[in-house]
Parts: sequence; C-alpha cells; structure tokens
Amino acid sequence: MGAKRQNLLGKLFVYGVLILVAALWTLPTIGLLVSSFRSGDDVTGSGWWTVFANPSEANLSLANYRVVLGIAGEGDEGASRFGGEETLNLTAAIVNSLTVAIPSTLIPILIAAFAAYGFAWMDFPGRKFLFIIVVALLVVPLQIALIPILRDYIKLDLSGTFLGIWLAHTGFGLSLAVYLLYNYISTLPRDILESAFIDGASHFTIFTRLILPLSVPALASFAIFQFLWVWNDLLVALVFLGATPEVEVLTQRLLGMLGTFGADWHLLTAGAFVSMILPLVVFFSLQRYFVRGLMAGSVKG
Amino acid sequence: MSKAYTRDKQSVSPLEWLATNLGRLLVSLFVPGITFVVLWRVFIFLRDGQAPQWITAIVAIIWGVGGALALFFVANLVVDQFSDQWKKRLHPFIFVGPAIVILTWYLLVPTLRSVYASFFDADGEVFVGFENYVYAFTSPAMLESFRNNLIWLVFVTGLSVGFGLLIATLADRTKPAFETVIKALIFMPMAISMVGASVIWKFVYEFRPPGAQQIGLLNAIVTGLGGDPQAWLLMQPWNNLFLIAIVVWLQTGYAMVIISAALKGVPAALLEAGRIDGANELQIFFKIIIPYIRGTLITVSTTIILFTLKIFDVVQSMTGGNFGTQVIANEQYTQMFRAFHYGRGSAIAVILLIAVIPVMYYNLRQFAQQTEAF
Repeated sequence: MGAKRQNLLGKLFVYGVLILVAALWTLPTIGLLVSSFRSGDDVTGSGWWTVFANPSEANLSLANYRVVLGIAGEGDEGASRFGGEETLNLTAAIVNSLTVAIPSTLIPILIAAFAAYGFAWMDFPGRKFLFIIVVALLVVPLQIALIPILRDYIKLDLSGTFLGIWLAHTGFGLSLAVYLLYNYISTLPRDILESAFIDGASHFTIFTRLILPLSVPALASFAIFQFLWVWNDLLVALVFLGATPEVEVLTQRLLGMLGTFGADWHLLTAGAFVSMILPLVVFFSLQRYFVRGLMAGSVKG
Repeated sequence: MSKAYTRDKQSVSPLEWLATNLGRLLVSLFVPGITFVVLWRVFIFLRDGQAPQWITAIVAIIWGVGGALALFFVANLVVDQFSDQWKKRLHPFIFVGPAIVILTWYLLVPTLRSVYASFFDADGEVFVGFENYVYAFTSPAMLESFRNNLIWLVFVTGLSVGFGLLIATLADRTKPAFETVIKALIFMPMAISMVGASVIWKFVYEFRPPGAQQIGLLNAIVTGLGGDPQAWLLMQPWNNLFLIAIVVWLQTGYAMVIISAALKGVPAALLEAGRIDGANELQIFFKIIIPYIRGTLITVSTTIILFTLKIFDVVQSMTGGNFGTQVIANEQYTQMFRAFHYGRGSAIAVILLIAVIPVMYYNLRQFAQQTEAF
C-alpha cells in the first residue's frame, strides 16, 4: 500500500515537472504569437498576457501581418507609413530567403552525393588522404574563411549575388554532407553494385539509378538540416549579401527591424513569426528525418 | 561505337582513326560549349534582370540547381569519349573532384590565407609580426570576449545538457503520446532562427521605468511580486546570463533528443538487475544509466561547445556586443566589417580555429581507428 502510494506520487511528480518545463519553454513563443495579433498601441501599452485577463477588449487582428507582407488595406495601422514602401515589405525578403535556401540545400547535396559515392565505391590514388581532409574540415569554424572568400568575391564580382552565397553555403556545408552521406552510402550492400557492374552499367548509371534512390533517407536528413541552417543563418548572409538591399534575406531584414524598432514592436512580432512559419512546418512534418540527421553528424564547423 | 573502336584498334589507318574520333571530338567540345553558353546567358539575364522578383527567383533556382546537375552530366559525357583505361582514371575526378575543389577554395586555402593575413596590418600590406595576436590577447574588448565566451561555454553546455538529460530521463518514464508532445514542445525552438529567438526574448526582458505598465514578462513577474523592475540587458555582468538563457532555450531540445535516443538503448535487463540488487532510482540513474550513455553525453557536449564557441547571432541582435556582452565571433565581425581591420579579424579567426583543434584531432583519431574498412 505504502509503496503503491509512493509510486503514484512519483508519477505525479514526473508528469508535473514535465508539464511545468514544457509550459515554461513554450511561454515566450506564445507571447510573441499573441503580440503579433495586437495593435501597436496595445503592444507597447500593456503586456500580452492581459489579453487573457479580459478577452472582450483584446482587439486582435491580422493587420500586422498584412502590413509586413505589403498587402495592407486602408484601415490597417501603419499602412500609410509602410503600405507601399519597399523598406518593410517582407514578401521580397521571403522570396530572397527561398532563392538562397533552396539551391544552397540542393547543390551541396548533389556534389556531396557524388563525392560520397566516389569515396565509398571507387578506387583512386589519394582517396584516403582526401577523405582525411574532409574529416579534418568538419569542425573548422567558417569565420576563418570569411575575409579571404569575401576578397575573392569582390574580385570576381560575386559579392551580393545569389551564386556567391549558394557557393559559400555549399562550401561551408559540404564537409558534413560528404561525411554523412559517405557513412550511409558505404554501408549499402556491395552485391547490388557488383551485379550492376557485371551487367555493364557505368558508375554514372549506377549512381543515378541505384545509389541516389537508395540514399533518400540520408539525403532527406541532410536536406532538412541544411535547409534550416541556411534559412536561419545570419552571419553568412550579412557577410556575402550585406551591402546589397535587393537581395536581403529574412534574418537580415529582421535584424534591421530589431535595430530600428521601438515604435514598431507590433510589426516586428508579425515579421518574426513570418520568418518562423516555414522552418516550423518543415520541422514538424519531417521531424523524424531531422532527428536522424542530427544524430548521424553532431559536429559542424 | 566504342566497342568497334577497341576491336579494330590495331588495324585502322590514320584517316579512319580521324573519322571515328571526329565524332568524339565534336561531342567533347560541342556539348560543353553549348552548356557553358546557356549557363552564361542565363547568368547575364539574372544579373541584369529587370524581370519581377519572383520570376528572377524561380529562374535563379532552376539555373543554380540545374547548372550543377548539367556540369556533372557534361563532364561524364566528355569522359565517356575516352578509352576504357582513361575512363577508369578520370571518373573518380568527376565524382570527387567538385567537392574537393570547393572544399579547397572555401575552407582549406582560406585557413592558410587567414593565418598569413593575421601577420599583416589592417589592409594586409605591411608585415607586423605578432602585433595582431598581441592585440587579440590584450585589448579590453578581446579580454571581455574571452571572459564571456568562457561563461557561455560553461553555462550553455552545462545547462543544455543538464536540462536535456533531466527532461529525457523524466519523459522516458511517461506514456509515449505524452512523451512525444512534451519533446516536440521543447525541441521546437531548434527550428527558429536566433534572430527570431531574439525577438521572442525581447518580450521577456523588456524594461519600463518603475510605475509604468511592464510589458516584459520577467519584469511583470518581478513587479507583481513587489520588486523593482530591472533593465536586464544592461545589468553587467549578469546580462550575459540572460543572453545565455536564450541559447539554452534553443539548445536543450537538441541535447534532449540525442540523449533520449541513447536512453532507449540502455538494456532493460541491466536496469532490472540493478533494481533486484536493491538500488534506488537515483543510484540506478547515476551508477548505471549515466555510465552507459557517457559517450553520447560527451558527443552532445562537444557539439554544443563547438556551437557556443562561435556564438554570434544572439549577441549581435540583442545587444550588438555592448554593455559588457562582447563575444569572440562578434568581435571578429566587428573588426572585419566595422573597423575593416583584416589583420586583427584574421588573428581572431585563427584563435577560434586553434580552439577547435583538439576536437579535430579527436575526430581524426576516431576515423583512423575505424579506417581498416576504408
């Protein structure tokens, strides 16, 4: 009887602590979400939690979202100041973020998959030495490359271009990609490849027809990892896109809004939430792949 | 064609040889030529483009990804024109070459160039010896950064791994559906950018003078309990801990997920044996579980240490490195892009590199141990 009661108390304690921690973890995000539906005066005049105290006076609307997306109507607060201006139109920044993030995810995967296959299934001089370099580069901080690469880019006219930032993200993500994909591709059963060779298939055919389809789980893991990384990146964007407003990505725009905010807290909240929607959707729909990717390669430079 | 060529190799006259190889030659020159022209044309279109932004975006994405694919196909096509022996020699270059070229250009050579530049002045013209390193180890901003980075390393790693371990262990004892929900909620911040997280936490730390309505959560709680509101982000040196809280909030989910997977791997028989021997839950935790998942704990800690060493976004967007919150990566950014002192910026980057060398060494040693199969 005593043991049973103690057991029940223990269970209550475990569930209680977990609910408390989860609430604590979620509270800041809920605050932001609620604030993003409030008017500018409300956001700066009272705490977001007052909405729950008297819901009848809450006065929530989607106005902030309309303003930051550049589709504000007549009645929306701030529309007259920001409605037509490019400075606050996050839609442009969203398109830029996508233009940066999609190729910056796919190009390194493509190059890394070829390389991983080469390291796993081809024989050539210097194979081991080159792979050791890949492993060594895993943890090199990308800060070491910023100045030299920026100098190259200024000479090549690549600073502030999409091509430049794709290549930069490719370079910085590639060693992890090769390492992860090698670990996966090298464990594929050898017989499949050998029978394909006997049938006269070339490396290229085997790679595109056989290895790529078989590697989808590993490719997906890295893709999610890299996409979230690029989408959320600030430093690389600041350095290689920094001076060119037309190509500014979401994180840069948000940083700018943070610096000049004060008067426009309510717009900042909507902007921040807009920047989170895509990663959250990707994250929750593909969580399993993401976790697998995290576990496979836990070191990145 | 290729088979016929090898069979008749001995007997062909120069003219026939030219005829059979003309096709190959044309393919090797013509296809890459066309590919490059097309890629170049689209590049010009994108660069000078007056098209609406979203059209440029779609064309750019197709061009970038398609271009990378096309280059692989073309390179393979060209190599396929060679004899079998050369094919065997050249194919690995197509597969591994691009990755090696990019890694060399983007990481390997820059490392050497940064080491070199760290011995030169602001513009990289005058050799200054160790002057930049003297600056890096004596200037007030850098000393402050070293102190803060050390605080960051200890607290972020300790708290993230600690909370992650606690939550994973507790969640392991609950119903699966409940465990999934709790873990998803705590893992969620991992998907958010650090700039986004900074916006979220501005609403926690916001300060209004005493008497005014507090709109920051933390000050609302403090005043609600009868205390005075504080400007949390200006309170030196405690403001570092408030910034650290943001990153702990982001990283705990990572630690939790990895540790949770390791916990599932602890054999139930081992725990059962401990219980039969009369160990209580705490003893089982510290004497059986912790030693069993030690490797995972080390990996998770190392990853978080590497991440925290380069912490940049949160400091840049919350305080800009002011009020005693400077960190190494932000000071490096400041030296490079505010002060335009390339020598100092490079020296600081080299210090970051030296800091990760033990981890690099460990990785290489691990690799060397598994390398029999390589």
